[in-house]
Amino acid sequence: MHSTSLTIDAARFAVQERKTTALALLEAHYERIQKEDGQIGAFLTLCKDRALEQADRIDRMAAEGKPLPPLGGVPVGIKDVMVTRGVRTTAGSKILDRYIPPYDCTAVARMEAAGAVVLGKMNCDEFAMGSSNENSAFHPVRNPRDLNRVPGGSSGGSAAAVAADMAVVTLGSDTGGSIRQPASFCGVVGLMPTYGRVSRYGLIAFASSLDHIGPLTKTVKDAAIVLRTIAGRDPMDSTSADVPVPDYVGELDKPVRGLKLGVAREYFGEGLDDEVRHAVESAIDKFKSLGCEIVPVSLPHTPYAIPTYYLIATAEASSNLARYDGVRYSYRAPGVKTLSEMYRRSRDEGFGAEVKRRIMLGTYALSAGYYDAYYLKAQKVRTLLTRDFDEAFCKVDAIVTPTSPTAAFRLGEKSNDPLAMYLADIYTVTADLAGIPGISIPCGQTKEKLPIGLQVLGKHFDESTILRVAHAYEQAA
Amino acid sequence: MKVTEKDVTYVAELANLELTPEERTGMVRDLNSILGYMDRLNEIDTSKIEPMAQVLDRYGVDESKQGSERFAYASREDVPEGLRKSLTQKEALDNAPDSDGTFFLVPKVIER
Repeated sequence: MHSTSLTIDAARFAVQERKTTALALLEAHYERIQKEDGQIGAFLTLCKDRALEQADRIDRMAAEGKPLPPLGGVPVGIKDVMVTRGVRTTAGSKILDRYIPPYDCTAVARMEAAGAVVLGKMNCDEFAMGSSNENSAFHPVRNPRDLNRVPGGSSGGSAAAVAADMAVVTLGSDTGGSIRQPASFCGVVGLMPTYGRVSRYGLIAFASSLDHIGPLTKTVKDAAIVLRTIAGRDPMDSTSADVPVPDYVGELDKPVRGLKLGVAREYFGEGLDDEVRHAVESAIDKFKSLGCEIVPVSLPHTPYAIPTYYLIATAEASSNLARYDGVRYSYRAPGVKTLSEMYRRSRDEGFGAEVKRRIMLGTYALSAGYYDAYYLKAQKVRTLLTRDFDEAFCKVDAIVTPTSPTAAFRLGEKSNDPLAMYLADIYTVTADLAGIPGISIPCGQTKEKLPIGLQVLGKHFDESTILRVAHAYEQAA
Repeated sequence: MKVTEKDVTYVAELANLELTPEERTGMVRDLNSILGYMDRLNEIDTSKIEPMAQVLDRYGVDESKQGSERFAYASREDVPEGLRKSLTQKEALDNAPDSDGTFFLVPKVIER
């Protein structure tokens, strides 16, 4: 048994049956991190004491013959935008580089209550703002499939760690594609649940109406297990929905024959790489052979998704990031003489270039005289984008698209052109704006052996169907 | 050019940023490039469209009510120490760049 290439069930069974221990699994993963992560850079902080304590708890349960919880003994990583009590949490930013949170994010607490062993915190773009992980204030992450390429972003560390077998599962966050796009670039599974499906309590806020927590995994079944663990109402987040959590795993094997899958031509237009197009079209043929009905749908406002997204996300970010003032828990510039100088210099020195750019853009869009033209306009187009999906989902059960227009690009390729970087999210941002769930699964590779991702989008709170569709493809491919 | 250097200075002030002269020049360039792209939204007539602030507007709200009463489903009793214990003073101050153990310390606010 190769102890760092396991799925959740394989790891839990092995610990339960005493073929290995949670301690041995965590040590094997730390060894792998020691060996591999120097060149990849997926982890920012390791929390060995916390991991050892949890592994010990699980091993004692196994020794006593008690049934292990669903993630019992499974080594996991947490994107560094989710706070962890007593473990440094940076959001990939210098402004929080010494922040030790006094409480746990609900999703992390639920993972640990279900037996997961948290190895450490995953690198990401600063405040989850980026599509390549090059905006981390600490160091970029490299794609394990090709070290000259980016892993995608902003959950680049989370995706790379799963792809390189340094964690069985990681949690990421998705505001404009930040789970699905890196999953696609690294060749793993990435699930963004419906808005409100998973509590955001303890998720460092980027854009509150768009932020989602979700898993990056090796298999669709693992994504289903993690979603079942972290989903559901949390009184600490008033936007977490009081909607029952189904048995996602139990529904995975239901047949897909007869399901209607939508294909929108707006997702196959200019800018889509030919190899990606062919891979996704082959996947659509595969669904036909599985008995799915392919139905053309129209999402006519899609070309307006990127401007809408970047206005709303930056406006919300400019407000959320106002809290970093150098007073209570963030970086303070040395040698400042007055309060206003302290605010400005601390933020100037603490934030990176892309974060400042987005704060400026968002502040501009909200400022007197521009609010109606930019922010309010974008909110209205958001309504139209959401209606597009409402109408499409009257006709189909799910929609299949490419996750990203290209496979992983090279480090430095887009880092001097913010607009080109924003366009990397062209197929993912709309789902965030509409609040619908989406999953990216591997669907082949390019001639250069770079992974290609297939995206399946679903109705609000219907993760079961997209997981089932993704699972059927994964099993058939 | 829609966004001028003067606009950038004003917006930076609103955002409590200062920015170096080089950063300001770059910001003028980037904001113009990005906002130029955003202008394509004006191709759509939204005069009869309601703005959407968040997704959950669509779930659980009482359409007959106004304001925060629309979101009554998400309300709870406001009780001290209700959902989570408050942080201790020490925990609240532990991450502060400067404190005296009782208060956060900051540079003086009023010049004289």
